[in-house]
Amino acid sequence: MTRLDDYRHVAPPGVVDIILRLTERVRGRRVLHLSGGRFGEGAAEMLSTAVPLLNDLGLDTRWEITGGDAAFYATSSALRAALEGAERGLADEALNHYVEMNRINAKKLRLDADVVAIHDVQPAPLVAHRGDGRWLWRCHFDASRAQHRAWSFFGQIISQYDAAVFSLPEFGRRLSVPQYVIHPAIDPLSEKNREIGPRDVTTILGALRIGQDKALLLQVGAFNRAHDPLGVVNAYRLVKKHYDVRLVLAGTAGDDRESLDVLADLRQAAHHDPDIVVLELPPEAHRQINALQRAATIVLQKSVHVGFLSAAEAMWKGKPVIAGVGGGLSQQVINDVTGYVVHSVEGAAFRIRHLLNNPELIARMGAAGREHVRRAFLVTRHLMESLALLVHLTE
Amino acid sequence: MATTTNPFVFIGCVELRQALDWHALDERELMDRLEDVPADSIFYHTHGYFLRHRPLTTAYGNDFARWAAVEVRDQALAERLAVVDPFESRDLESLRQELVTIVHDHLRELTAVPRAEPPGVFHFQQSHIVTVELGPRATTLAEFHDGLAGVDASAIYFHMVEARARLGRPSGDFAEWMRTSLGLAALAERIERIDTFMTSLERVRARVLRLVDQALEAQDG
Repeated sequence: MTRLDDYRHVAPPGVVDIILRLTERVRGRRVLHLSGGRFGEGAAEMLSTAVPLLNDLGLDTRWEITGGDAAFYATSSALRAALEGAERGLADEALNHYVEMNRINAKKLRLDADVVAIHDVQPAPLVAHRGDGRWLWRCHFDASRAQHRAWSFFGQIISQYDAAVFSLPEFGRRLSVPQYVIHPAIDPLSEKNREIGPRDVTTILGALRIGQDKALLLQVGAFNRAHDPLGVVNAYRLVKKHYDVRLVLAGTAGDDRESLDVLADLRQAAHHDPDIVVLELPPEAHRQINALQRAATIVLQKSVHVGFLSAAEAMWKGKPVIAGVGGGLSQQVINDVTGYVVHSVEGAAFRIRHLLNNPELIARMGAAGREHVRRAFLVTRHLMESLALLVHLTE
Repeated sequence: MATTTNPFVFIGCVELRQALDWHALDERELMDRLEDVPADSIFYHTHGYFLRHRPLTTAYGNDFARWAAVEVRDQALAERLAVVDPFESRDLESLRQELVTIVHDHLRELTAVPRAEPPGVFHFQQSHIVTVELGPRATTLAEFHDGLAGVDASAIYFHMVEARARLGRPSGDFAEWMRTSLGLAALAERIERIDTFMTSLERVRARVLRLVDQALEAQDG
């Protein structure tokens, strides 16, 4: 098991000591986290790192998950999509069932704690059954473009909390409760981010049938329009006129129509160009993603409005990142210092060529990016701010 | 070497950010909001810049200047805002007035109000500082030196910035302790004169340490 002391050699000096001191201030308080599942990105990824660490430090921290029937999952999934701005039909009957399932879950759960943190959409209505203690809603997605009907329903639920926490100030909504901001973070000791040597990288890339004989451009992200993989292909084609490079698009494909269409277009592009590699990977392919990011020359994250941590993961591996303006990426990538923020396919192509033409910049930006992540996007900083919030809410 | 019964306690801090329901999409909105936002928000976007930004970050001096440069691409306003030294202002209300005046005067020269594209909205925030005691307490100048050398950089921010700007201790905690507890008025004055604007917390630490080193050498000599 990873322990807090293990982070001393990767976190900025002094941070672990501050965490230990903050822990002393909240010792004895009981904290309960509730989320919709134990696996995946966002809440589950963050909690699977933070909860064992906090317990190891002697804090009484529980993590429970909630569930329901198929209709409950369908409605909470549609509601989450609508809160992220997608068009979804939300029938009153379905929303009532979603609330009712949470009422049933509340009877099964032990909700007594000094601080109860509810993550994302699925368990949010549990707040109606709150007892003593402070309740906060932790939102791991961008709710700023929520559909009106979805938010007018959901906002009433959130107004029953004592506070909300968003990943960025621009991800929030007008609320009657205080909104705190805590950036998400990567775990530098996780399988996706821990150090792996060049020999292992070569072995893993060999297994994926990706050669290392030319410069590698990489984008990691779901095959959907939000990640704009087709825009990345177009940027690659502009670069390919001048440089013999390889493009790897690694990610997962959803089973919705849009994802299937995007994947078909990508496969078509790859069919005509052997230097375009479309890698469909399972969500648990952390070691493969780690190796790909380490093997990459330049990492692209041309997302339109998603993909918060992907740039931080690449920068932690010392890679310059060319990022789109959406999804908090411009918060991570310091333009002209750790990479470039671009607004178009042409901009991405221009910056790739600029870096390939000036390889000393690749090393310099990569090193700057790693230090930037060390300061701002490691789980130690996340723990520090979460404990500070705990102090603030309970003292 | 002088020993005090009033030891120096190093305090580290964590900045807990709070988003406010105040936003600006163009420079006129920025000016209007600057007039109305809580003083703590002015503090967060000016003095607080030095806690969040490290040498890697392009230095704009404060969040308003950075927004004007990066999101609005109005370099003239960015330059005018960037030179505002929050440490020279008497208090946060004076600082607020200085910022408002700069934006106001800038807008008078323009025929159209420059604006950011929608993702570049300025979101006003404020912060709550949560403090923790760090390291051993110092009762001599030598102990202070050793403590300062190893303490987390947030302690430099707390004692040199937060103490002066928000906690009503205009000399800063280092200088105040040296003057009142160790009787080192000259050293205190030199530390007070350290320019904390447009630099990093690590550089401020190095400058304080250098002055303390010199004072220790003088004591030994």
